[in-house]
Amino acid sequence: MTGASVNHPTTASAGRTRGSATTRVPICDVDRLTPDLGVAALVDGHQVAIFRLADGSVHAVQNVCPFSGAAVMSRGITGDRGGVPTIASPLYKQVFSLVDGTCLATMDKAPRPGRAADLVVYPVTVDNGQVYIDLAGDE
Amino acid sequence: MTETQRIVVVGGGMVAHRFTEALRARDADGRFAVTVLAEEPRAPYDRVALTTYFTGRHPEDLELGDRALWDDPLVCLERDARVDTVDRDAKVVTDRHGREHPYDHLVLATGSYAWTPPTEGAHLPGVFVYRTIDDVAALRTYVEHRAQELGRPVRGAVIGGGLLGLEAAGALQELGATSTVVQFSDRLMNLQVDEGGGHALQRLIERLGVTVRCSTKTQAIKPDRAGRAGRLVFEGGGEQRVDVVIFATGVRPRDELARAAGLAMGERGGVVVDDTCLTEDLAISAIGEVACIQGACIGLIAPGNAMAEIAVDRLLGGDSTFPGADTAAKLKLLGVDVASFGDAFATTPGALELVYADPVAGVYKKLVLTDDARTLLGGILVGDASAYASLRPMVGSELGGDPGGWLLPEGAVERPNVELPDDASVCSCNNVSAGAIRCAVTDEGCTDVAGVKACTKAGTSCGSCLPLVKKIVGAELEKSGIEISNAVCEHVDMSRAQLFSAVQVSGLRTFSEIIERFGTGRGCDLCKPVIGSILATLYNEHVLAADRAALQDTNDRVMANMQKDGTYSVVPRVPGGEILPEHLILLGEIAKDYGLYTKITGGQRIDLFGARLEQLPSIWKRLVDAGMESGHAYGKSLRTVKSCVGSAWCRYGVQDSVGLAIALELRYRGLRSPHKIKLGVSGCARECAEARGKDVGVIATDNGWNIYVGGNGGFTPRHAQLLVEDVDDDAVFRIIDRYLMLYVRTADRLQRTAPWQEEYEGGLDAIRDVVVNDSLGICDDLDAHMARHIDSYEDEWAAVLKDPERLRQFSSFVNAPEEPDPSLAYVEERGQRRPATDSERGGGAVLIAPATLEVRS
Repeated sequence: MTGASVNHPTTASAGRTRGSATTRVPICDVDRLTPDLGVAALVDGHQVAIFRLADGSVHAVQNVCPFSGAAVMSRGITGDRGGVPTIASPLYKQVFSLVDGTCLATMDKAPRPGRAADLVVYPVTVDNGQVYIDLAGDE
Repeated sequence: MTETQRIVVVGGGMVAHRFTEALRARDADGRFAVTVLAEEPRAPYDRVALTTYFTGRHPEDLELGDRALWDDPLVCLERDARVDTVDRDAKVVTDRHGREHPYDHLVLATGSYAWTPPTEGAHLPGVFVYRTIDDVAALRTYVEHRAQELGRPVRGAVIGGGLLGLEAAGALQELGATSTVVQFSDRLMNLQVDEGGGHALQRLIERLGVTVRCSTKTQAIKPDRAGRAGRLVFEGGGEQRVDVVIFATGVRPRDELARAAGLAMGERGGVVVDDTCLTEDLAISAIGEVACIQGACIGLIAPGNAMAEIAVDRLLGGDSTFPGADTAAKLKLLGVDVASFGDAFATTPGALELVYADPVAGVYKKLVLTDDARTLLGGILVGDASAYASLRPMVGSELGGDPGGWLLPEGAVERPNVELPDDASVCSCNNVSAGAIRCAVTDEGCTDVAGVKACTKAGTSCGSCLPLVKKIVGAELEKSGIEISNAVCEHVDMSRAQLFSAVQVSGLRTFSEIIERFGTGRGCDLCKPVIGSILATLYNEHVLAADRAALQDTNDRVMANMQKDGTYSVVPRVPGGEILPEHLILLGEIAKDYGLYTKITGGQRIDLFGARLEQLPSIWKRLVDAGMESGHAYGKSLRTVKSCVGSAWCRYGVQDSVGLAIALELRYRGLRSPHKIKLGVSGCARECAEARGKDVGVIATDNGWNIYVGGNGGFTPRHAQLLVEDVDDDAVFRIIDRYLMLYVRTADRLQRTAPWQEEYEGGLDAIRDVVVNDSLGICDDLDAHMARHIDSYEDEWAAVLKDPERLRQFSSFVNAPEEPDPSLAYVEERGQRRPATDSERGGGAVLIAPATLEVRS
């Protein structure tokens, strides 16, 4: 992991990344990610939303918005709530933590039937300028 | 189990409306069914605002309250159903069609009729009264017809110089007639103002071109050769040629029905009622102008509404009683402020009068105080009634400080800041006290004027008390420690308008600089789009330029409208709704090739639904190549300028509405704003473009265009208000340029024009002053800003298609750029496709996966 900037190192999931290198899937060059502008990735049939923030950290969450069922999270607006980096769904504007996926504002709506309100967070690593997602986070 | 009680209301005026509205609002259990028998062929309307018939132009504009009231199953409104008899023994009334209406309780709300003194010639053609919509409609037709016949301005005369007479004189002027007011008393409005006030009023009114003859009695109206009103003859000699005459000599109660039914009558007419509005027959109430309450009939709406509320309260078992009439009044007659309240004539023993008169400025103000000059008893304000809202509720309270402060022009000296007592009535139309307003803030949790209006109804009728309501609400919030926050979000502690000036003055052009200087943190989905929009408005740079893309809201981000399944709709601009057949065919071909659901929008263009992110560039390439451009359907920006077909084709059109609509749409296209903006242009007064439902509506007149502003469809529909009349094309552009720029600069986040102009300090009058008279001296700046916008416009989609870097943002997946979103699924409906529902997905209904669509390149 030379020259890699490992992200949200404080989270448990980030810790898990290192232990399960076999599930790491290469996605794209980190330079392909414009700061604060998310992209979607198709990883082994899973839709993942990946964000590179202004501070250089990279985050990945499920791309399907729990409140609409549409795969749109990558097209939301990044920001922070009380210092926690967030992503807002572009459809009904729910806000989620990019660190642990918690839904921080439901906008008085309930998630679609069969879906949890929080987002699944995927461990991300940047290795040699390459972004990797670890699917082990998705149970 | 109680049976439904049948209430019959005789009369369909404002008080009948209030009674019905209040009863339905309060009778939650549906104990009462109401039948309203109206003599006029229409639902109750705002008679006080009758004169606006000449500017508002549509009788519907005068309708009261929510029309849905009449659809309530417990309410039955019978129009054109004058009641002819009341049978008190059988408890049944009979209308003019012979239909019988049995009642458990009868409410007489028959109002008044316009009284005409016995005068020779009072029944000639060309002589009118001023009471109903039919009266003013007939007057208008007659004056317009005579003006055509005569080929010169019609000469009008109003007999009666009271409140109604001055209204009528104003109406004549609106119709282009000259007007003379003939007043029997020695001054105008002798019931409301004293000699000094009357003279000030006369000077102001004469300045407006109205001739005033006081102390003059009209003896006869003599016919012309055709037998129409032609000449007024005055007692003691003197004559005046006239073409039309209006009697405005007061009203008398419509009490014939009650009289015939044998109910007790007041000395000067009216049905005698007690303080609970009951007549001597306990099954009959009387409310409004027909009721003789506390010894008199009162021809004002506020006491009438109070009686309606009392009658309702009593039916529901309440114990309210009539508190006495507040005869205070504030009016704008021919644009002149007149107000009178409390003991205006200083009849209280020992009362002192404090008078301020400035004949040059045309102002007369008088306060009536107790003998110690401390407590306010009443007052008269002519020419400048700005202090009315604050003073009227203070009647009976100590004024504090130097009472003279209230008489000098606003701002000349600090007005004493006195807290109103809780029982002081703030809104007399709806009988709302200062205490009730405070309570709405402290107990009901209202945090702004709009909330208090909804909660208490204060300020929802005539609106004259709104400045005071605003003040009380502000003071109360401050007291409870609630800060009224207009802050954009947790990162930006300013309102959008403040942030706009800050960004403009600082000259900062990137989000990171702006948030560092004026905010905190990384921003969020609230402040980012606001800053993106402000930068776009100020510099008109591309929405996806440099670090802008990440600021843009959902739709601006990819310049298309995101739909529920995450796909987009595509709407190219169709200026003014005029479209070339080639473009129509191209849209059809694109829709077929991409399998897009196709629908006509409300803004006269075509919406293609279901385009995937990665399809947008190729769709737009075909549109741009054929000469079409972005329609900004996705932006908080100008959407469309809707138009009717106008004079080019329409038999009735008087101006080229399509031409103007196209010019306006091309002028303002791409202008980013706090919310979407829609315009409309109608080619004649028939208003087929529904322009008055738009933020800016332009309606053709014989002499040019009228501009209306602040209209809105949507959740809170509003009719746009008249800004200027009969202006030429150049002025249309200039005034709309300034109106839109002022709005874009000073409105709050997501605030549309209607609430913006309502909350703008001084309201529409102040806005008109800014954009027409340049009262703030900023018009050059507004004009220059709009000119910059127009010069720097470029089609956003054409620009993106030329830029490979920005095109990369339209990949479906960063690691599979052309792969369609596998979660999309559609079913066919009426020959087109729509997103499949959850149950259709689960139930195995026929699904069309996006990948199977063949796309012709």
